[in-house]
Amino acid sequence: MSMALFRDWLLSDAPESRRQAACGRAYRGWLSLRHNPLGMAGLLTIVFLLVVSLGAPLLSTQSPDTQHLTLRLAPPSAAHWLGTDQLGRDLYTRLLYGGRITLGMVVAVVAVVAPLGLVVGAVSGYLGGLADRLMMRVTDIFLSIPQLILALAFVAALTPGITSAIIAIALTAWPPIARLARADALTIRDTDFIAAIRLAGASRTRIILRHVMPLCLPSVIVRITLDMSGIILTAAGLGFLGMGAQPPMPEWGTMIAATRGYILQQWWVPTIPGLAILVASLAFNLLGDGLRDVLDPKQT
Amino acid sequence: MRRLRTLAAGAASVPITLFGLVLITFVIGRIVPIDPVIAIVGDHAPPDVIAHVRAELGLDKPLPVQFLIYVDRLLHGNLGRSVMTTHPVTTDIAHYFPATIELATAAILIALAVGIPLGVFAAARQGSRFDHVVRVLSIGGQSVPVFVLGLIFLLVFYVKLGIAPGTGQQSVIYEGMVPYVTGMHVVDAALSGQWDAFEDGLAHLALPALVLAYYSLGYITRMTRAYMIDALRGEYIVTARAKGLSARRILWRHAFGNIAVGLITVIALAYANLLSGAVLTETVFSWPGLGLYLTVSLLNADMNAVLGATLVVGLVYIGLNLLADLAYRLFDPRVR
Repeated sequence: MSMALFRDWLLSDAPESRRQAACGRAYRGWLSLRHNPLGMAGLLTIVFLLVVSLGAPLLSTQSPDTQHLTLRLAPPSAAHWLGTDQLGRDLYTRLLYGGRITLGMVVAVVAVVAPLGLVVGAVSGYLGGLADRLMMRVTDIFLSIPQLILALAFVAALTPGITSAIIAIALTAWPPIARLARADALTIRDTDFIAAIRLAGASRTRIILRHVMPLCLPSVIVRITLDMSGIILTAAGLGFLGMGAQPPMPEWGTMIAATRGYILQQWWVPTIPGLAILVASLAFNLLGDGLRDVLDPKQT
Repeated sequence: MRRLRTLAAGAASVPITLFGLVLITFVIGRIVPIDPVIAIVGDHAPPDVIAHVRAELGLDKPLPVQFLIYVDRLLHGNLGRSVMTTHPVTTDIAHYFPATIELATAAILIALAVGIPLGVFAAARQGSRFDHVVRVLSIGGQSVPVFVLGLIFLLVFYVKLGIAPGTGQQSVIYEGMVPYVTGMHVVDAALSGQWDAFEDGLAHLALPALVLAYYSLGYITRMTRAYMIDALRGEYIVTARAKGLSARRILWRHAFGNIAVGLITVIALAYANLLSGAVLTETVFSWPGLGLYLTVSLLNADMNAVLGATLVVGLVYIGLNLLADLAYRLFDPRVR
């Protein structure tokens, strides 16, 4: 099938199958995202970060833990592109490996939080009644404490480390997603097409899984993309406070905490990982903002 | 009467939320790997002392009973003692919290003074270059880690340019000169008439307040812009324009006047969120507030202090959210 034919198939006004309709919708979304310069900048940055993090062993010539104690805090040079840190480790290499930790944490949190929030929200909104009220009270409670502070208290109880940080961030990140999915489920519940499916004899599970949840997806995707920026900031903040990844792991927040004392003389040592956090978090915010315009124009 | 009832509806969920907050801190306090008894008496205490302290703390009783004891203690305003400072946690919090309020209030005032005009003008010129710049600026505020921005500010304004003082609330020469009245250093200095200490305090407040202000600027600008775009679509704006009113009057009196109520909610939520940002900002600037107290307690595994601070921050957060909700219900006729 030639490209033009494929394009026509995607943009057809009368899709012949569910799959064609879904692909067509995704393609239209892509077309409108492509004309959103900020959103595209975010997307490209994220792809770039993913590539350099995954390719860290290929892109760097050293190990992130090799110490050159005679070369401590060296300024950027041909041998060390971004200089070295307080133990003479290559900053460029550590920055690449740090991306793996940060993006890995984001993926781990989202893998837990997205399905959980979506299911809780969709079930809660569709069923209504007592179950709904109970679940919403639970989300209220989690939403009543600032995310970073709740995460800090959890990590303190669990012993600091990456796993604890992921658990703590996940615990605090699912309620807003559930609230959002519920709000969508509430409006979908009373539509005519759901009534028609119910009349046709579809089970509750089928209605929720096949009909309610897919329609909650757009706003959840937007929210999660924006949340990823928040997850990066919380993870880095935990690392900075000594409650997240522990040294010698090259996590960006931890790297800043370990070298912040050098800000007076070797200012680039703590600043470079700081910029990395900024770039990563900015990229997800820009993409989320762009996706919001594409997927969910009613949100502000 | 009707107004009272809508207010009551808004407050109805608060007791349950409070209960949940207390339950969360209780659970965290119980899953800690540190034995609170050992933390008090030390590793080498004889077994009978350990047993005695354990019974005194009620830790030998079943969990539900322990929870009731915990709630009872909280209701009597007892958050336990901090192992680190040896003071009751309530005393510590009362001592450190005003500095956080001082910082957060300064930050929100700056954020409002900059964020609201930016949002209003961006909405008035929707899609213009100015609008895009404001958009990037506000997304930037939500993306930049406050502790990095804090370090960069210190580097640029303190180290390189030398126009700002370093960390802390005051310079060493004013140490102990200003009597503790409200706990807000700048206010105390003004109250005692020490204007040079007041000026020094303001200078120390500037950098951390600016960092925090940028943190909430994004949210305030974005919400103002969204509300204004909505308001400017109203038919009363067309009428005002047809009457020949000046653009400025339409923008500020007619459109902005109508969104001011919605903004109260935004401001309360932004203020509540500043508490999170304050933890990191205070750590970078050694600002002696609740955030610094919380992080230092965390590093010392001082759980009474950590849970007490978490509880207080949660309370303030719930209070501000309730305030936002009530303001909305009280002033917005469409909700009634």
